Amino acid sequence: MPKDFLKDVRDRYDVIVIGSGLGGMTAANVLGRAGYSVLLLEQHYKLGGLATWFKRPGGHIFDISLHGFPVGMVKSCRRYWNREIADRIVQLKNIRFDNPMFSLTTTYDREDFTRLLVQQFGIDPATVRAFFDTARGMNFYDDQQMTVGQLFQRFFPGRDDVIRLLMEPIVYANGSTLEDPAITYGIVFSNFMSKGVYIFEGGTDRLVQLMHDQLRGNGVDVRIRCDVEKILAAGGRVRGVVVNGRTIHASAVVSNANLRSTIFRMVGEQNFDPDFVNQARAVRLNTSSTQVYMALKPGEHVDESTGDLLFSSTARQFRTDLLLSRDITSRTFSFYYPRMRPHARPRYAIVSSTNARYEDWADMPDEEYEASKRDLIETTLDALEQYVPNCRDRIAHVEAATPRTFQHYTQHLAGASFGTKFEGLAVSRALPEQIGGLYHAGSVGIIMSGWLGAINYGVIVANDIDSLLLSQSSGAAPRAVEVS
Amino acid sequence: MTPAEIRGQVLDILENIAPDEDLDSLQDDVSFREQLEMDSMDFLDIVMELRKRHRIQIPEEDYGQLASMASTVEYLTPLMKDI
Ligand SMILES: Cc1cc2nc3c(=O)[nH]c(=O)nc-3n(C[C@H](O)[C@H](O)[C@H](O)COP(=O)(O)OP(=O)(O)OC[C@H]3O[C@@H](n4cnc5c(N)ncnc54)[C@H](O)[C@@H]3O)c2cc1C
Repeated sequence: MPKDFLKDVRDRYDVIVIGSGLGGMTAANVLGRAGYSVLLLEQHYKLGGLATWFKRPGGHIFDISLHGFPVGMVKSCRRYWNREIADRIVQLKNIRFDNPMFSLTTTYDREDFTRLLVQQFGIDPATVRAFFDTARGMNFYDDQQMTVGQLFQRFFPGRDDVIRLLMEPIVYANGSTLEDPAITYGIVFSNFMSKGVYIFEGGTDRLVQLMHDQLRGNGVDVRIRCDVEKILAAGGRVRGVVVNGRTIHASAVVSNANLRSTIFRMVGEQNFDPDFVNQARAVRLNTSSTQVYMALKPGEHVDESTGDLLFSSTARQFRTDLLLSRDITSRTFSFYYPRMRPHARPRYAIVSSTNARYEDWADMPDEEYEASKRDLIETTLDALEQYVPNCRDRIAHVEAATPRTFQHYTQHLAGASFGTKFEGLAVSRALPEQIGGLYHAGSVGIIMSGWLGAINYGVIVANDIDSLLLSQSSGAAPRAVEVS
Repeated sequence: MTPAEIRGQVLDILENIAPDEDLDSLQDDVSFREQLEMDSMDFLDIVMELRKRHRIQIPEEDYGQLASMASTVEYLTPLMKDI
């Protein structure tokens, strides 16, 4: 008999969370800690969603999405998780850029960017200050007409090198382009590029383990291999979910799955206003990724001066479409030194990441697909050679992931690495106005994406649900009704 | 609660949210943002704490009322007078 992954699950919970990405886990944790009964359902056999890792023989562990996050993670982990997690967050101090326009190493904070822009790029300090202040001061209520490209042209006209320095990391971090609203850049920039890049010491596996422990400690019922087929709605309210053929009821449901699959696959468009359906249909998915994972043979090592994160490119110009092309000219290398996992065997790993389009990989016949993967590996090793000489002889294991791999493991439509574009946020937030008690938490709108964005969005939604459940229990009308 | 007691409650919440800040010199009429390193998640935490401790519901459109200590206390006074 197949194992029943829903053994002893109850018929009703206060809240069901679909998906154990960082957003889903954080919402579940905050609500569990507040005393609600919470069921967390994950279709995969591991928790973490895109925050994931895999192991290969010989003690090699590869992190998929642990390349760097903003310092804000420390505060969010301390508050919404625990001190043990927060205390393991450490800064990456060697961020390198190497491309035909410039080569440099930076600590990646406002002070150091200012130094570089003034000394190496010859920009007037007053212009640099004005740019940083403008980026920092942007908020939601601002004019959303200006694009990222226009913002740069205002401060650094004709300076493609400066734009490259200030933009390339953000393109990698969240798939944004020069055509996106300037505010997305402003917010991500002030979170990310003004105070350095951080990482979780211990690796993604340790982080997810610590989170799982705390979820259990807070009484959250956590289930893996539970693929939610349907979200049940009736009379304008959410009723529960159907998972592995079983119906489970709840007063509130949070979907951490992709926004569009939540609306179109799990709920079904007949349950929404036609206007909302059109809005949701217009939400653009973000791009996907390719990665190549390389592990050094035991005993081999890479000098720390090679850098922690290396934005490398052979493209003469900086164009966001070039960053997506299958003819890859730009890669981000993450170097993982043994200090990354102090508790484990000393190993060096290198992960090369590029942004990619799902369409470019989706319909390839199997043979071509395998050949393209091999080509991706070979060209990556070629590119790595100048930073890690003789790398082919020194590498024990290498393999590649494509947009198809990401789609397969996370069920994200089109293997989207960073959720949806800007307009996704409004649709995500409007979900409970359509169906009372139904929420979405997960990468949307660029701002709410990445590890920190997903965690914070989980908290925002947990707050909404706490408010809803409290007003229901005290007999007051739910807020959505009060407002309208 | 009296406005003075409400102020004490808010201060207590702020001490948890911003443990590294010196709150003794907080000026009530100046916005929190100008005096403390606070971001939108910090304001959300104030909202969540007020709900947890006193079952007070603050709708999103009123978050702006929490800009300074003076405006927060003024906003909360009618909501907390019977607590
Ligand atoms: C290659 C790559 C590199 C990245 N690098 C970084 C980085 O360096 N720094 C950074 O901050 N961010 C990075 N990111 C982005 C970051 O990983 C994501 O934004 C974040 O982890 C997304 O979290 P989430 O909560 O939106 O959920 P996701 O991680 O998308 O998780 C959603 C979960 O829902 C589950 N699910 C979906 N459908 C169902 C269903 N029907 N039933 C049950 N479960 C379901 C999925 O299996 C998954 O576990 C990277 C992403 C990629 C792909």
